[in-house]
Amino acid sequence: MSEVEKKSKAPGEPLFSKKNKKLITDPLTDSNPVTIQVLGICSALAITVQVSQGIVMGLSVVFVTIMGNLVISALRNMIPSKIRIIVQLVVVAALVIIVDQVLAAFLPDLSSKLSVFVGLIITNCIIMGRLEAFAMANKPWPSVLDGLGNGLGYAGLLVLVAIFRELFGSGSLMGYPLLGSPIPIDGHPLGTGLYALGYMNNNMFVLPPMALIIVGVIIWVQRSRNKSLQETH
Amino acid sequence: MAINKESNGYTFVFATVMVVIVGTILALLASGLKPYRDANGVQKKQLEILSAFLDLDAEKISRKNVKDKFAEFVDLKDAVVLNSNGEVMDGVYDVKGNIVKGSAFDVDIQQEYKDKKRSDSHKNFPLFVATQNGKKLFVIPVIGKGLWGPIWGNICLDEDMSTIKGASFGHKGETPGLGAEISQKFFVDRWIGEKVTDEAGDFAKFEVVKDGSGQSVEKKVDGITGGTITSKGVEEMANRCLAVYAEYFKTLKNAKQ
Repeated sequence: MSEVEKKSKAPGEPLFSKKNKKLITDPLTDSNPVTIQVLGICSALAITVQVSQGIVMGLSVVFVTIMGNLVISALRNMIPSKIRIIVQLVVVAALVIIVDQVLAAFLPDLSSKLSVFVGLIITNCIIMGRLEAFAMANKPWPSVLDGLGNGLGYAGLLVLVAIFRELFGSGSLMGYPLLGSPIPIDGHPLGTGLYALGYMNNNMFVLPPMALIIVGVIIWVQRSRNKSLQETH
Repeated sequence: MAINKESNGYTFVFATVMVVIVGTILALLASGLKPYRDANGVQKKQLEILSAFLDLDAEKISRKNVKDKFAEFVDLKDAVVLNSNGEVMDGVYDVKGNIVKGSAFDVDIQQEYKDKKRSDSHKNFPLFVATQNGKKLFVIPVIGKGLWGPIWGNICLDEDMSTIKGASFGHKGETPGLGAEISQKFFVDRWIGEKVTDEAGDFAKFEVVKDGSGQSVEKKVDGITGGTITSKGVEEMANRCLAVYAEYFKTLKNAKQ
């Protein structure tokens, strides 16, 4: 083991070489786990009603992908191949429980809003996918970067979808009302701000199907801008 | 290293060591964070009780200062636990119906409501007494079910033990924009001023109506368009829970006269 660890720390390659940088930037754009690989859709539908939920969920996933990749990559030469999926699952489950407990202790209100979806990070295909495809075959440092990239790719998309849904569905961002208040007050039967002109929140955006439509539109825009991402068949 | 990684022995040892390590870490974490989680639960309950008669946003009450504010308004020594006949009990019912030591604040009506092992006659009904501007207020926690999951609330009665002075409703996962609106101020405001009892002092049922007549008619409250089942859930919850307390208030009033 000591030999392997020494090797991974050997200064053959700068920490942020071109190849390593690509590990972070690729999942943000051309191999985004959500829009290109179409993974992690279920949680993207469920918790993108508010931007703050999207951010906390995104950060939780970033933590789990980074730590999961790190642990599995460090252990990759010790893990018996017969039970490697189970080992990955145990590591991911442990990390998710840690996240869930910490959220419940320090951010109780957000934690109760996210409810089961933090626990369901375990079943997020992005995480197991990265562990099996990358961390099992690469050194810890590139694995950490890969985890960071994929986690951010997921988190970024979550926040993007949440911005649309919260703005059009509730007329606010991060809980701050941007378009005025839809609650009638004296002299303003329709509310204040934009609502006084007859604008109404689109309740469709609050419901999960709209997240699917927004993700679909993002995928469409991305593929029409980058022809190499389009499948030929 | 000459260990055969693919042997059964190695696999078993690896799995065992891994499980022990992971289990230890999680157990330590869970017990280390338990005080925080418990404190959060107490804060949430205090916030919910206060929200029945205070506007938490306007009074700037949050998790940070709720402990002091709660102590300012509510004296837990005045709180009582009733049984389903509206009689004050010395303790609280446990799940089997034995009376054990316990306080009103520790009663978890949400847990009791969904616990199928607990019969209806062994449910506890906590009642909190708050003081605001020298007036005695009665805060009644209520619990029921909406369309998708549990709904709950705290209803505050004025010192006449009949007029609803304020309320707050919460829900776990009602439809956003429809049933979820029960927690909004406009819906809560429709309950304020309604009377729990009729002229004889008996409990009189509420009705959540669709035709918009609730504003002018006593005992009728307008429901939420598109949130019929949730609105009806609030009606059922208020009627079932408040009936028990009405009995208690009746005896309390009779004793005074």
